[in-house]
Amino acid sequence: MSEKLKVAVVKMTGCAGCQMEFLRLEDEFMDLLDKVDISYWYMARSNNVETKYDAVFIEGSISTPRELKEVKEFRNNSDILVAFGDCACSGCIPSILNWIPPKESAKVYDHFSAVHENMPTFQKILPLSEYVEVDAEIRGCPPHKDMILEVVKSVLMKRKPFLRSHPVCVECKLKENVCLLTAENRPCMGPTTSGGCGAICPSINRVCEGCYGPMSDSNAKSLADVFKEKCKVDKEDIVRKFRKYAGYTSALIEEADN
Amino acid sequence: MTSQQNIKVDYIARVEGQGRLQIEVADGIVKDAKFGIFEPPRFFESFLVGRKYNEVHELTSRICGICQAPHQIVSLRAIENALGLEISEQTRELRRLLNFANHLQSHTLNLYMLAAPDYLKYDSAISMAGEHLDLVKKALMLKKLGNDISEVVGGRAIHPVTALLGGFTELPTKIQLEELKKRLQSALQDGLETIEIFSKLNIPDFERNFEQISLVCKDVYPINEGRLCSTKGLDIDESEYRDKIEEKDVGHSWAKHSFVTGRDSFLVGPLARFNLNFSTLGDKSKNAAEQIGFKPTVNQPFKNLVARAIELLNYIEYSINTIESLIPLKDEIVVQGDVKPKAGVGSAITEAPRGILYHNFELDEKGIVKKVDIVTPTAHNAANVENDLKEYVPTLQDLSVEEATLKCEMLVRAYDPCISCSVHMIKLE
Repeated sequence: MSEKLKVAVVKMTGCAGCQMEFLRLEDEFMDLLDKVDISYWYMARSNNVETKYDAVFIEGSISTPRELKEVKEFRNNSDILVAFGDCACSGCIPSILNWIPPKESAKVYDHFSAVHENMPTFQKILPLSEYVEVDAEIRGCPPHKDMILEVVKSVLMKRKPFLRSHPVCVECKLKENVCLLTAENRPCMGPTTSGGCGAICPSINRVCEGCYGPMSDSNAKSLADVFKEKCKVDKEDIVRKFRKYAGYTSALIEEADN
Repeated sequence: MTSQQNIKVDYIARVEGQGRLQIEVADGIVKDAKFGIFEPPRFFESFLVGRKYNEVHELTSRICGICQAPHQIVSLRAIENALGLEISEQTRELRRLLNFANHLQSHTLNLYMLAAPDYLKYDSAISMAGEHLDLVKKALMLKKLGNDISEVVGGRAIHPVTALLGGFTELPTKIQLEELKKRLQSALQDGLETIEIFSKLNIPDFERNFEQISLVCKDVYPINEGRLCSTKGLDIDESEYRDKIEEKDVGHSWAKHSFVTGRDSFLVGPLARFNLNFSTLGDKSKNAAEQIGFKPTVNQPFKNLVARAIELLNYIEYSINTIESLIPLKDEIVVQGDVKPKAGVGSAITEAPRGILYHNFELDEKGIVKKVDIVTPTAHNAANVENDLKEYVPTLQDLSVEEATLKCEMLVRAYDPCISCSVHMIKLE
């Protein structure tokens, strides 16, 4: 390949954990720089030149009109636009706010209404795909660095990235874990959650909390029923479970809404 | 620059988050210096209300992708304080190791990747790699070491998963810990070299008389707990934080500004910790500091970089000691759901890489969160950055506007702000 890939890493409203995971490619970093020109990345460099990109990684959620304008510009200037991490893919934890009426939130702060009047923020945290066309989603809070590498490679090789669509359960079985849901009646989100993490939590005797967002064709209702009938979890706790990393996605919203 | 030229940076590069600088100069005097934080708020203190006591640390971890471990630890401690829950010595040591590792990766990131390019005249660590490959490789190695310790202790490097109320769900193995110890021992030399590198940079010696605040412990360098002390006589328990530290809204920033009751802005972070805890630095770190003539009390904000380099070695030393005291590990595991809820109020302060981090929660009898108060290191530092700039900019009259602007950015980067963390609710004019 003669020319390097032009890449931008862009932060919207979020915690920078996805960017930190990108920087966690410590072993691969120098090789990556042979193939990739990171021409825009505010956290990592000055002289950020806005130009045309081969791929743009968008971290964080869109929460102001300014951010929406920026993301649209990046969409227009890039061949590939990647929703990078849960905030961009599903709204992540900040989307819990979607169920709290501003009047309720106002009780927590002294000057809540002043903020909404004077500096426009959106009332709802929505997936990036609600605003612009998204070519690839790297799920996870944070997404594992191998998935970032997979997307970079796929752009370099001009092929579709292999991103997992199977549930965490597949990875749990590969690790030969005892199933926390069926064997111990513990409310594990694994059956509806995208794999990619390597089933970290069930492997250390913690139920999956769903931090990679919903898998494709997940059956959230059935899982909620199992939580209720088999795990004896009360309704409020079930709602809290579904209203966490991806509550506002179409796959989980019904259970999160209850 | 002329005596009328303003300084403006629309988006400060090489810091975490979205922030800007606006400095208004007239007749050589700074009329106004604004460190504006335009990163939008995420309303954590609002949506945490109604969530459960045992998931709070998992949620607050997401306030920051760089200092996730201190956010988790301080939430766990605050809620344990609310529940009156005691933890074992081993859990305390494991949490210390987890936080040392977090500081190690974060300090490496700031020193080598965010700050050093300014002094070596590059726009990034990426372009620095051409002529200073050794530095970049050292940075990647140290950062990886920090991340790997977090992964072994925390189960995941970013947003760890093993730490729960009362303890850990899984413990590292002896083999894993011994392997890490070996790597830490060989990193001691890199820590020493880091101090040497940063002590030789042409770091501005701008000085200002400000208060500095950090945790202080009697026998050890503070990390997760201690008394809250300052260079001007503050000495309080973490539960008394709100009696002495106040906040005010400012119109130009999404972060509130902190000040000591009846006094002024203050500095938190590596320099404050160094100045207040020189006596408990590890032996090698203390020797190295003395050799370069770096001794308390330093009131030069740019020298945060030197203090950060000394701390980097210090955390390597302390991590080795912590691992030694952890072996042999006792088989103490907590199971999710073991800790039962109770009504109460609890607060805690922990050192994050950028300084003191305060969390306070009120719980009802079912363990549902009723009230939240969080103040982050960058919110603590924000007012001090502005006060520094007001005195610093008039000393830059001989420079071009471009050079003066860069110096102001370098001052901000010396604080290593973590802007996403600091964003809070404010009243806007």
